[in-house]
Amino acid sequence: MAAALQTAALLSASPNLIDPQRFRVGLSARSLIGRRGSIFVVRSDGRTSGFFNAKSRSGNLITNAVATKADASTSSTASKPGHELLLFEALREGLEEEMDRDPHVCVMGEDVGHYGGSYKVTKGLATKYGDLRVLDTPIAENSFTGMGIGAAMTGLRPVVEGMNMGFLLLAFNQISNNCGMLHYTSGGQFKIPIVIRGPGGVGRQLGAEHSQRLESYFQSIPGLQMVACSTAYNAKGLMKAAIRSENPVVLFEHVLLYNLKERIPDEEYVLCLEEAEMVRPGEHVTILTYSRMRYHVMQAVKTLVNKGYDPEVIDIRSLKPFDLYTIGNSVKKTHRVLIVEECMRTGGIGSSLRAAIIDNFWDYLDAPIMCLSSQDVPTPYAGTLEEWTVVQPAQIVAAVEQLCQ
Amino acid sequence: MAAAARRLSAASLPLRHHHLLLRPFASSASGQPPIAVETSVPFTGHKIEPPSRLVDTTPSELLSFFRDMSMMRRMEIAADSLYKSKLIRGFCHLYDGQEAVAIGLEAAITKKDAIITAYRDHCIFLARGGSLVESYAELMGRRSGCSKGKGGSMHFYKKDSGFFGGHGIVGAQVPLGCGLAFAQKYTKEGTVSFALYGDGAANQGQLFEALNISALWDLPVILVCENNHYGMGTAEWRAAKSPAYYKRGDYVPGLKVDGMDVLAVKQACKFAKEYALQNGPIILEMDTYRYHGHSMSDPGSTYRTRDEITGVRQERDPIERIRKLILSNEVATASELKDIEKEVRKEVDDAIAQAKESPMPDPSELFTNVYAKGLGAEVFGADRKEVKAVLP
Repeated sequence: MAAALQTAALLSASPNLIDPQRFRVGLSARSLIGRRGSIFVVRSDGRTSGFFNAKSRSGNLITNAVATKADASTSSTASKPGHELLLFEALREGLEEEMDRDPHVCVMGEDVGHYGGSYKVTKGLATKYGDLRVLDTPIAENSFTGMGIGAAMTGLRPVVEGMNMGFLLLAFNQISNNCGMLHYTSGGQFKIPIVIRGPGGVGRQLGAEHSQRLESYFQSIPGLQMVACSTAYNAKGLMKAAIRSENPVVLFEHVLLYNLKERIPDEEYVLCLEEAEMVRPGEHVTILTYSRMRYHVMQAVKTLVNKGYDPEVIDIRSLKPFDLYTIGNSVKKTHRVLIVEECMRTGGIGSSLRAAIIDNFWDYLDAPIMCLSSQDVPTPYAGTLEEWTVVQPAQIVAAVEQLCQ
Repeated sequence: MAAAARRLSAASLPLRHHHLLLRPFASSASGQPPIAVETSVPFTGHKIEPPSRLVDTTPSELLSFFRDMSMMRRMEIAADSLYKSKLIRGFCHLYDGQEAVAIGLEAAITKKDAIITAYRDHCIFLARGGSLVESYAELMGRRSGCSKGKGGSMHFYKKDSGFFGGHGIVGAQVPLGCGLAFAQKYTKEGTVSFALYGDGAANQGQLFEALNISALWDLPVILVCENNHYGMGTAEWRAAKSPAYYKRGDYVPGLKVDGMDVLAVKQACKFAKEYALQNGPIILEMDTYRYHGHSMSDPGSTYRTRDEITGVRQERDPIERIRKLILSNEVATASELKDIEKEVRKEVDDAIAQAKESPMPDPSELFTNVYAKGLGAEVFGADRKEVKAVLP
């Protein structure tokens, strides 16, 4: 991983190798507005091939799937200083950069404008861009999501915020039928470049209705892309990628991760929506996780390393479609899989992932796939009960030990 | 002119004799003298001054109304028989009887204005410039259909002329329509959006949510309730406590229009467009009627009497109304009109024949258009090495 970063430093240092024009991103027919800063990205395995490919893919955009840190809390790239910020600020930075770049991007949601966003993701944007681009909506999720989709049909790029992901259940019809399926049922006439984002997941005793994990409900909607961010670095990159994507993207944030501090690069970067992130390479077992559970896993990994295990941790990031390439390579290496998720056991992301791995990599498995998920109960209010609902590091350690017997 | 106008303003005329004419110049189709016609009934306004009953039209416009409405009528009836011979499957909601709304609306606006409607969309697609062949091919699921055969009856779209569909879920198109208006306001286009819905959808909550937001943000959207008095099998008085749909907007003004009179529809839509560009949303209620049942699986006679249907057909049929106008204004003779109808019939038959020849979609089309291409990245299937779906 450090090697990859060194290569990155090398690339940026030798401009004659890479024509800066070729780093243009956003290859849609729309002309680029705004800056074309130097964007450098490196493939997760250190290859810098992407743009040398002469295939139909333009190859200009290479995306970085490498976590900028190991399981330690902060360590920036060896060469560039970067700047430190919290996850919600990273989201805001990504949003702001995209709004600067493209005047078609607008934000809609409850209390996103004058109030600054209930999690401060949109703070300051209303004063900068005005009421027409940062829109405070009434509490009417079904209709303002529908309006966002209608606006997207004409070419605007709205970012719809659900104050809590659970509220978007009220807009399920719009998200499923109009957002996901309109591109197909219109024979390709309408693109829906909308981003639907919001915090979800189990928080600190927020109660059942405010602790929902909607990724399991949305995962079978065709035409939708789903990503979950987990660090400030990937939050900003995924936000930018989601806004630039021509497809409808649901970006799942987590209530408890907003205040994560991290150092991110100063340069502009965009991540690939469909790629998973290798958090910690290893040999013994593949642990697949996303969002907040990544941190529980990393905590468990500390214990596991002390006990002599070498787990490989992958943050799958892309919940739909799964990055079975990265995951598959990992399974072929370790032959054991543990999925740690915050979804409910029934019908969650883990169950689909399990099915996908079994379908594709059965011959490489040495043990049944284990899946740790939340209990199939409404999230209780009491702190102790809530703790037992969600997967804890101790359970992860026990599961790995069992898998590796 | 004023004296003539006074002559015209007899308020209580029986429906059949509502056409009184003003012909200031000798008529000749090439000279295009304007004809002023009074609408069948005056407009009723809610919190707004209704427009005048007097509508200007020209002989060629009347002829085009006649032709287009006959085309729509013929198209829907032909679709009926195609459905019965199992060439069209699934749901098929027919628009015959309501043609005046589609034609009158189109006459008042440009192709830059947006229209969005629910599933009774065949004729609006035609009015927006869609072709008969595309329509029939889509209905029969062929690849040359307007949505490549993948949408079906309820998913007709024509992006280049501002027709946004074509939606199956009742009421869901209204927030979309308000979103279209939002985009028009955002890009300062000076155009409006018409969101059409039925009397059944008028009871949907998302409608009022969207109306609230549109009124708050002054969006140039016009909500048009095509009130055909039946939400599938439920009469309006059984579904709505207040069936005065034009008043339901409360703080949003409304206009009630005779939806079987194409000139009234044209006048109201023109008025509404001017209003919406200045002041924000307005509701139009079109009092119209459908001759067929809700869809092809509904006979349409279990919840209403045949007498009612034939009664409306005799008294208020939009095509007959225009025919009488044309004949009494001597714009064309009866046999010329018959010729037009024959022509239309032939056109429709030809289109059906052509659509029948058209091939079914290729199996690979199953996977196209699920995602739009984004960022130059390819979307892979289960294993990245094996590309399951090659994006166009």
